Amino acid sequence: MNWRAVVPGFGFAALALVPLAARWGPEAYALNLATRALIFALAAMSLQFMLGCGGLVSFGQAAYLGLGAYAAAILARYGGGDLLLEAGTAIPAAALFAVATSAISLRAKGVYYIMSTLAFGQMLYFFFVSLSALGGDDGVTLDARARLAGTDWLASDRAFYYAALAALALGYLLLDRIVGSRFGRVLGAIRQNPLRVRALGFEPFRYQLAACAISAALCAVAGVLLANLNSFVSPAFMTWQRSGDLIVMTVLGGVGSLGGAILGALAYLLASELVSTYTEHSGLWIGPALVLVALRGRGLAGLVWGGR
Amino acid sequence: MSAILRLEGLSKRFGALAVSQDICLELAPGRLHALIGPNGAGKTSLINQISGALAPDAGRIFFEDEDVTRLGLAQRARRGLVRSFQVASLFDGFSALDNVALAAQARAGSSFRFFARAGKAADLNAKARVALDRVGLGERVGRRAGELSHGERRLLEIAVALACQPRLLLLDEPFAGLGVEESAEALALLQTLKTEVTMLLVEHDMEAVFALADDVSVLVGGRLIASGAPEAIRQSPAVREAYLGEEEAA
Ligand SMILES: Nc1ncnc2c1ncn2[C@@H]1O[C@H](COP(=O)(O)OP(=O)(O)OP(=O)(O)O)[C@@H](O)[C@H]1O
Ligand SMILES: [Mg+2]
Repeated sequence: MNWRAVVPGFGFAALALVPLAARWGPEAYALNLATRALIFALAAMSLQFMLGCGGLVSFGQAAYLGLGAYAAAILARYGGGDLLLEAGTAIPAAALFAVATSAISLRAKGVYYIMSTLAFGQMLYFFFVSLSALGGDDGVTLDARARLAGTDWLASDRAFYYAALAALALGYLLLDRIVGSRFGRVLGAIRQNPLRVRALGFEPFRYQLAACAISAALCAVAGVLLANLNSFVSPAFMTWQRSGDLIVMTVLGGVGSLGGAILGALAYLLASELVSTYTEHSGLWIGPALVLVALRGRGLAGLVWGGR
Repeated sequence: MSAILRLEGLSKRFGALAVSQDICLELAPGRLHALIGPNGAGKTSLINQISGALAPDAGRIFFEDEDVTRLGLAQRARRGLVRSFQVASLFDGFSALDNVALAAQARAGSSFRFFARAGKAADLNAKARVALDRVGLGERVGRRAGELSHGERRLLEIAVALACQPRLLLLDEPFAGLGVEESAEALALLQTLKTEVTMLLVEHDMEAVFALADDVSVLVGGRLIASGAPEAIRQSPAVREAYLGEEEAA
């Protein structure tokens, strides 16, 4: 049997057992933390698709998280608080924002690309800070958790956890297919040798632009989920520090590995949570750990299952 | 018959260095045209301009009677103006098969296909295998390009170019750094290839050039100093003085 095909199955099965285990502990707290970890895993995986697979180091990924969250908040306020509707709005909104800004960012290369994604992220951040209709800096509270296709099924924290897990698993399957597709092959080739790709007759820009849109769409779903988990949205969802956290999670997990991004996000959030119960300076411990993993080369994915 | 490629007054400078000076050249279809010249003569720079990797300062480039001067590298490649690189330019993380299959993919309609596994595309893999067999890499299909030897990488470079279905193939020193045996194989390969595709061959290996070429042009200091039949070029005193003599002296 193919080991690579088995790892994701085991991984998601283990995650499905978390709510059962949580019953033996502080259930509400544990479920909340675990759900948050899954949502960030989805966001980190969406970034991994761009960063690891496409070679595009976006420093503005939190903007898509914020767009998704605000889409949920706006719909919730005007009575459209259904998860499917929220996702159906957030996805095109984030994809459009990604296409519009990446069309400009992608013209810059290397560190200039990184800086321009940061700049667009900051623009969106300050836009929501100044948007007093949605609470500006203070953010906005969602009255109730979103419904799912008309049912109030998601009101249960456990059900909401499974909704987040389903989104993560679907996202994983989707991205895994895309990475292995013709499109994904071109994208991976562009990361390795853009000049060669052009000499074959491909225009890298189009493929990278599409990759940005796909990544943004998935990250926006994470934003929708996060808004509903917290019942609250504020510009703090989309700070550049948050974008940096997402980069840390993907690098920690192993650049290029979708499963690694999930592992990286889970490890990062749980470690921060654990360390912060003992000390205020969690960065002091996570920093060296990150350096170690980065030096080892292939991240947690390399340690746990030896590669992608 | 009209030329497949026509260069009209191509000029390019890098600062004070003129790498192409008013270059005019016509390539007849079905022939192998060799471009020779000493190190730094501007041969690769010329290939770069013809393929669209480098924009000329002045002059025009016609490919199959279309003015392609303003077209990019990718657009020209899609028209069948295909090049290889002097320093093998491959996807080191991909297998040899995937490197060539990707080239076949570039000619097989849209690559905006997101779900079917590219690695299982039988048509692309079959085309890639044909190209790999041709260059003698049939046994190495599963190897990562980064793990191949220098000579194998040069051959893979040719296989990739072949899978692009060239109408005109620009080869930049395909023999560079090959061992004696590998050179002989590459020579035999080009002997059969030249009956199928028009080629512009940049090469230092004089033996290979005179064995293969139908026409020869000589580039020295960014200037085309001679163009003609191989025998005429070999005899030309100007060429001998500017180039061949240099080699003999060395
Ligand atoms: N991008 C560049 N910027 C500045 N100078 C360049 C550039 N590319 C090439 N040159 C210079 O232009 C001259 C011609 O280079 P080119 O690579 O075209 O020569 P060549 O004939 O291919 O030589 P070789 O036989 O060594 O491959 C060289 O002196 C080189 O240093
Ligand atoms: Mg050269």
